[in-house]
Amino acid sequence: MTIIRISDDALARACGADELAAAFARKGHEIQRVSSWGMHWLEPLVEIDGKGFGPATLADIDAILDGSSGLAIGTIADHPFIASQQRLTFARAGKTRPLNLEDYEATGGWAGLRRARLIGSDAIIEELLASGLRGRGGAGFPAGIKWKTVAGATADQKYIVCNADEGDSATFADRMVMEGDPFQLIEGMAIAGEAVGASKGYVYIRSEYPDAIAKMQAAARISAQIVAPFVVEIRVGAGAYVCGEETSLLNSLEGKRGEVRAKPPLPALKGLFGKPTVVNNVLTLTAVPHILTGGGAAAYAELGMGRSKGTMPIQLAGNIRHGGLYETAFGITLGELVNDIGGGTASGRPVKAVQVGGPLGAYLHPDQFDIPFDYEAYAAVDALIGHAGLTVFDDTADLRAMARFAMEFCAAESCGKCTPCRIGSTRGVELIDRIATGGRVLAGVETAPQMHNMPKQGRSQDDEIQLLEDLCDTMKFGSLCALGGFTPYPVMSALKHWPDDFRK
Amino acid sequence: MSREQKLSEIIADHSGREGPLIPILHDVQEEFGCVDEEAEQAIAAALNLTRAEVHGVVSFYHDFKPKADPRPVVQICRAESCKSRGVEALIADAEQAAGARVKLHTVYCLGLCSSGPNARVGDRLHARLDSAALVKLIENA
Repeated sequence: MTIIRISDDALARACGADELAAAFARKGHEIQRVSSWGMHWLEPLVEIDGKGFGPATLADIDAILDGSSGLAIGTIADHPFIASQQRLTFARAGKTRPLNLEDYEATGGWAGLRRARLIGSDAIIEELLASGLRGRGGAGFPAGIKWKTVAGATADQKYIVCNADEGDSATFADRMVMEGDPFQLIEGMAIAGEAVGASKGYVYIRSEYPDAIAKMQAAARISAQIVAPFVVEIRVGAGAYVCGEETSLLNSLEGKRGEVRAKPPLPALKGLFGKPTVVNNVLTLTAVPHILTGGGAAAYAELGMGRSKGTMPIQLAGNIRHGGLYETAFGITLGELVNDIGGGTASGRPVKAVQVGGPLGAYLHPDQFDIPFDYEAYAAVDALIGHAGLTVFDDTADLRAMARFAMEFCAAESCGKCTPCRIGSTRGVELIDRIATGGRVLAGVETAPQMHNMPKQGRSQDDEIQLLEDLCDTMKFGSLCALGGFTPYPVMSALKHWPDDFRK
Repeated sequence: MSREQKLSEIIADHSGREGPLIPILHDVQEEFGCVDEEAEQAIAAALNLTRAEVHGVVSFYHDFKPKADPRPVVQICRAESCKSRGVEALIADAEQAAGARVKLHTVYCLGLCSSGPNARVGDRLHARLDSAALVKLIENA
């Protein structure tokens, strides 16, 4: 009897891991369902005595067992994709059973929480500030400052809210944490509770993640005694992208429409049910236990570059040969990520564009591949790191179509609270359609004298492009939240780097 | 158990919670396949809200439906990553396979972005789909 380890992560399962595990079990082998190593092109990955075989199908089972399989990749931990990473948040990925408390303890679990309870609120926040950890959800705000604000507020009740509404295309790191290492997130939330004086935490998970929801519910139940008196409750979203925006998320938790709230007041002072609230992304909270173990903060701050400290779990997605989760210190270039680590496109065709930061992130051109992964370096070229998802496109991509999709997506998902986002996105779709047909040609009815508010003359393609730029400017500076405010990034970057796609 | 009883049971299940509306709506949607006017009224009365307030919430979220649809649903991701891996080329075949029997629903991201195109049927996810696999999925839905 051999011990066979196969991931039960949603991606591995979607690629057939359950059927594979069942078939090995029928042959009398012991199956351990573990978290995913993050080498997605190899899923389902079968691990026997540390050696990997993937992507495995039912037809490969006999050859894997007798050692003759051509799918062998050698020792998984030595694979270049794994060995070249700096894994802190994903240190347990592939190694532990997600809901097994013994596995968690044996790999340093709860050490951060134990120490946090020993050193107390002020010292926890000091360590967090010293680590330089910035919010990993997209905005990059220093986590320690947010916590300090909540800790300093006086209230009968405070909350920790984990934003697990990971709706961006090309992002799956939150999902992998929740499915693969859920106790680490709960530990991070409990430490946050200890730091700011909050007794209750909510995890708001999008409904598109059934596996993550099930794992987190089980993990909250299993660890309830350990984190008590801190209480963690899992809440499920209802299919609204905008609820990833922190103030929309708070409204949704309260049982309201997921509309954005104007700031101020900051959620840190008036958040959930009007009480001081820490709202942090999954990856932010999950980075905390490591930082809180002795010496973690200083070691963390030494990684990275400039004001971008520590490591970032980068998600390699889209048309990429070696897609998956790659955690490394800030400063790595986009070209290294796409070409060296990702192996170029899956289709084998040349890379045309890489969208960084999800649907609201800019499209970067291969000419920009030497830009280091750093919040400030990206801001300098009108781009975002966001949640660090990379979508690779080959040369068959039509960037005008992608720009149109960005506007269409914004129109579909706008909460409707502010005009630039609600109306601007719809006008943006219409404008890009008119650019596609060469500009605006007036039909007879539009020139009728009684239609005084209709344009008196047609507009050329160049005029329409100018109008699109003006519209993007209005959305960028006039919208209440990132949905309307950042939709111009993919649109403008597409227009800037691939003008031929618009003018053809 | 009557519909009315079931409704009040669901509402009672969440009575101890802060902000219970969304969890209640999820359970109602799951039980009845929709959140209709009658359910809105019962929830509004129980939570001391107006029906308009409840309807405002129900209509805001994509997950809640005003009318039950008995057809099986196949969710297909058409966000950027799946687009970059060719999902749009599969849509015509998918629509033909679905016909009037299966409801196709567009979602933006199932979180399997390195291995698209992806789809979801019930709580089962499917990755690396090509036209034949997607058609088979729809036919078996």
